[in-house]
Amino acid sequence: MCITIRLFANLRDRAGLSEIGLDLPEKSTIAHAIEQLRHRLPALADQLNHIAFALNRSYTQSNTPLQDGDELALIPPVSGGSGTPARHSTGTPARQP
Amino acid sequence: MEDWIDILPTPLPTTEALHFVSSPNAGGISLFLGTTRTEKNAQGHDLLALDYEAYLEMALPQLQTLAQAARSQWPIVKQVILHRTGRVPLSEPSVLIAVASPHRHEAFSASRFIIDAIKADVAIWKKEIWSDGSGTWVHSNIPGPNPP
Repeated sequence: MCITIRLFANLRDRAGLSEIGLDLPEKSTIAHAIEQLRHRLPALADQLNHIAFALNRSYTQSNTPLQDGDELALIPPVSGGSGTPARHSTGTPARQP
Repeated sequence: MEDWIDILPTPLPTTEALHFVSSPNAGGISLFLGTTRTEKNAQGHDLLALDYEAYLEMALPQLQTLAQAARSQWPIVKQVILHRTGRVPLSEPSVLIAVASPHRHEAFSASRFIIDAIKADVAIWKKEIWSDGSGTWVHSNIPGPNPP
């Protein structure tokens, strides 16, 4: 099956592209897609541990099964609104309750 | 239409938002503007602007859901939630929340709920642009049902 991966913010900058198609075996999950992505885009490898996933525009977990035609967005920690809560997180993002 | 929800690549229309929420049924209107504030980074460079990026197809429905959630908690007469994308220079607003309600405390509470939820959950990111031309993505909060 074929899915589309959408990239944003630091992931898009690092990869140099905003979307990429993946061809996956049937019954693959989001976690499987991420493993394949690590090989396709090694520049992202160390960025993929601290992200959330949106499948067809809804947040979901990494064990969710995928279907042909799915849009999987990799969601780095979000930062809408103004203000900068923590100075220059580059590695581990702060998790708020 | 009683809610005005949008993500815009242009300066936010503050006056129009206040007009939109004005109503004889409102006893209080709260207007919150989140603006770009001056900063210095560790290298001593000044902040020039913030660059905002949205996953538009997801972020816009998220804002609409937030507006509904606010309505389910407070007696909101009218509300506006606007977020800007692209480059937002110092002093200019990147986010606007206007809420009209019968009493002031409801408008204050709803505004706070909305801005907190935007920061925690909505698929929008900002990058700090510094005077030496460098940029730093700000990554604050992992959203979602169960962060990995």
